[in-house]
Amino acid sequence: MPASCGPDSPADRACFHCGLPVPAHGAWTVSVDGAPRPMCCPGCQAVARAIVDSGLGDFYKHRTGTLPTAAQAVPEFLRQARVYDSPEVQKSFVSREDEHIREASLILEGIVCAACVWLNERHIAALPGVLEVSINYATHRARVRWDERRILLSDILQAIARIGYRAHPYDPARQQQLLEAERKGHLKRLGVAAVLGMQVMILAVALYAGESFGMEPGFRRFFHWLSLGLTLPVLLYAARPFFQAAWRDLRRRQVGMDVPVSLGIGLAFTASAWATFSDRGQVYFDSVVMFVFFLLSARYFEMAARKRAAEGAESLVRLQPAMATRLEEGVERLVPAAELKPGDRVRVLPGETVPADGVVLEGTSSVDESLLTGESLPLRKTAGERLVGGSINRESPLVLEVEKTGRDTVLAGLLRLLDRAQGEKPRLARLADRIAGHFVLGVLLLAAGVAAYWGWQEPARWLGITVAVLVVTCPCALSLATPAAMTAATGRLTRLGLLPTRGHALETLARAGHFLLDKTGTLTEGRLRLLATEALGEPGEDECLQRAAALESHSEHPIARALLEAAGPVRPLAAEVVNTPGAGLRGRIDGVPHFLGTADYLHEQTGLSLPAGRLAAHARRGRTVVALATRQRVLALFALGDRLRPDAPELVSALETAGLQVALLTGDQEAAARHVARAAGIREVHWAMKPQDKLDYVKRLQEQGAVVAMAGDGINDAPVLGAAHVSIAMGNGTQLAAASADMVLLSQELKQLVDGVHTARKTLRIIRQNLAWAVLYNLTALPLAALGLVTPWMAALGMSGSSLLVVANALRLNRLPRPRPVD
Amino acid sequence: MEVIYLLIPIALVLVAVIIGVFFWAVKSGQFDDLEGPAHRILMDEDEAQEPVTKPGGKSRE
Repeated sequence: MPASCGPDSPADRACFHCGLPVPAHGAWTVSVDGAPRPMCCPGCQAVARAIVDSGLGDFYKHRTGTLPTAAQAVPEFLRQARVYDSPEVQKSFVSREDEHIREASLILEGIVCAACVWLNERHIAALPGVLEVSINYATHRARVRWDERRILLSDILQAIARIGYRAHPYDPARQQQLLEAERKGHLKRLGVAAVLGMQVMILAVALYAGESFGMEPGFRRFFHWLSLGLTLPVLLYAARPFFQAAWRDLRRRQVGMDVPVSLGIGLAFTASAWATFSDRGQVYFDSVVMFVFFLLSARYFEMAARKRAAEGAESLVRLQPAMATRLEEGVERLVPAAELKPGDRVRVLPGETVPADGVVLEGTSSVDESLLTGESLPLRKTAGERLVGGSINRESPLVLEVEKTGRDTVLAGLLRLLDRAQGEKPRLARLADRIAGHFVLGVLLLAAGVAAYWGWQEPARWLGITVAVLVVTCPCALSLATPAAMTAATGRLTRLGLLPTRGHALETLARAGHFLLDKTGTLTEGRLRLLATEALGEPGEDECLQRAAALESHSEHPIARALLEAAGPVRPLAAEVVNTPGAGLRGRIDGVPHFLGTADYLHEQTGLSLPAGRLAAHARRGRTVVALATRQRVLALFALGDRLRPDAPELVSALETAGLQVALLTGDQEAAARHVARAAGIREVHWAMKPQDKLDYVKRLQEQGAVVAMAGDGINDAPVLGAAHVSIAMGNGTQLAAASADMVLLSQELKQLVDGVHTARKTLRIIRQNLAWAVLYNLTALPLAALGLVTPWMAALGMSGSSLLVVANALRLNRLPRPRPVD
Repeated sequence: MEVIYLLIPIALVLVAVIIGVFFWAVKSGQFDDLEGPAHRILMDEDEAQEPVTKPGGKSRE
């Protein structure tokens, strides 16, 4: 510890916080315990101040005697942590909301139970300057929002370190490493507990037999001592995580799941060791090793299940390739994908993953975006078309000009949304966490009561019964019930292309009674297509379309794109084309002047009028009409419109079968609205609605107590989407970042929404089953244990089995069959 | 029965060896992939070195 030295030997002055020498020019001090203390650097100063300001100044008083390593351990971690304050480093994992508000994704090391999550959340949220924090139990990921002016990121990391956890910036590779190390350590502990446990059990069988048939006292003593020796490594090595976690809880004056567990193990072992020494009384070594073994197995399987469940979501993370082939003046060079900059040219070979968002410069190939959008068919991409980073090139090499990299890509945006969804906790999970916290305290009190009662009634049995009570009531199942199911459901939906971006989305979607649909871009494809061509006499429809396309090849208007798409490769050539934006075009085809445009444009240019009856008929169906004419007569009418998505009727009927009330809200006119509603099979239509009208409509439904789900295209429906209980935005990549919806439908297939509703309902059902089971199990097991009907090893088996059952039940979500029409 | 004083220490030595081997196995990655090897035996990758079709070989379809 820093010794206090004379002020005239500045080099000898030690930093009050970390113990390092204070540099001669250093002038950093913090007032601790009423006296200014020297600090070696601004980092230590900030940390010391944060510690003092949060009323934890006692840290300095207590660390000397109790933790001799504190002087080294804390600053060593801090030096690393302080690196994370530099804007350069923060770039990769911190997002800036505005000038001062920051948000980061962190990984927490050392989370073993839901109580750890609760403890960390409370602790971090109490720091001044932290605006919001939420931790995902399944992925061990924390989302922290803070105000840069009031707290530094390193302070937050330090605060977490102080309660015995470690936080790192979220980095998939790093997380992989951590998981790997965690898994290996776990496996070793499990192995030790299993092998030594077996030996102890063999001896225990002999001892039990000896009790019935008689045994030489010498052998009995020998076996007791052997069991003690074999149990010791199990206790000290295999069971260490339980004791560490329990100690951490106790230091924070809290009770987590591991407190009763450690108490049970510790109590049973101490009593058995005493019995061995004094050669009197009962030994419980077999129960101790079995309990440790079962608990470790349950946690191991839980870890594996959690990993599997989170894989669906994590598969997106793995889409980001590590390396890319950059073309530098014609020379190929392999560079890390993170080094790419907008404007770089990159070659993507067949089978490779596109490293960043960009535009195809050379080559034609088919590209698989299925992991990003759920779209199962490869898309054809040629020069000038956009590629999304993370899609896989299937056929032939492509050269790509990079437009967006790193955090700006569509994939990165997706990951952030998913992260947010996983970081936020649904109401049910919060409730379960709270209950579990109180529950543990109740169990400890009850165990004390039981111990007192049996100690008075039947002193020989009090220990076994108390241990059984402590073990059997471990609320693992209770606190696992919700997160396990949520993680599995999120993974499944992500694979379907329906991305939950808010924690409550699934829960609310499952409860929804009304499903409102927007028309343009939701029920329909949201872009113009040629729906009908009517040739008025000679030449025929195909020829008219070719001529129209010839003119339109000089325009960029959506109508032009629709006509060109319908015409295919254009044969005739148009010359002297003049474009009147918003009205039409004229030009010569084979020397003959042709006009293409709206009725007004044609009338103005040629004096011709279009057949009014046909125009009205198309207008009634919500279509736009352009006409092709020469100076003498009108050649053809082209009716363009937005096409209903092919699976819209399927969606509507499936939603209605699922018991939802479907309604169409649109800003369009009555004719168009009714036409689409009829085609999709929707009975309730509201047309000519301004955003405010839609909002009022949703509010009215909500006032009647309805839970409203709304699907829209995310931009013009933003206010309504915000008001609905759960909103689903139709995302097509670029709009994603702006989407404020609760869920985003990445694929173009509406029927995934039906699957989404079914999955949401199933998730809720499974959560309820899990919670019901956990409560039921505890309510039955507790009285039985308190009455002395359960031996410690039975308690261990029951507790582990209960946790495994809950996890297995949640994993059923991963293999939900195709949605049946009737739920 | 005094032989038990010899047999049990032998058992303990064996247990120590077993745990040692197990730790080595975990460390060297024997448990890293529990599913892959089960499928690997079904892959045909080493068939290319042999004649592709053997007369009288089992039919594939």
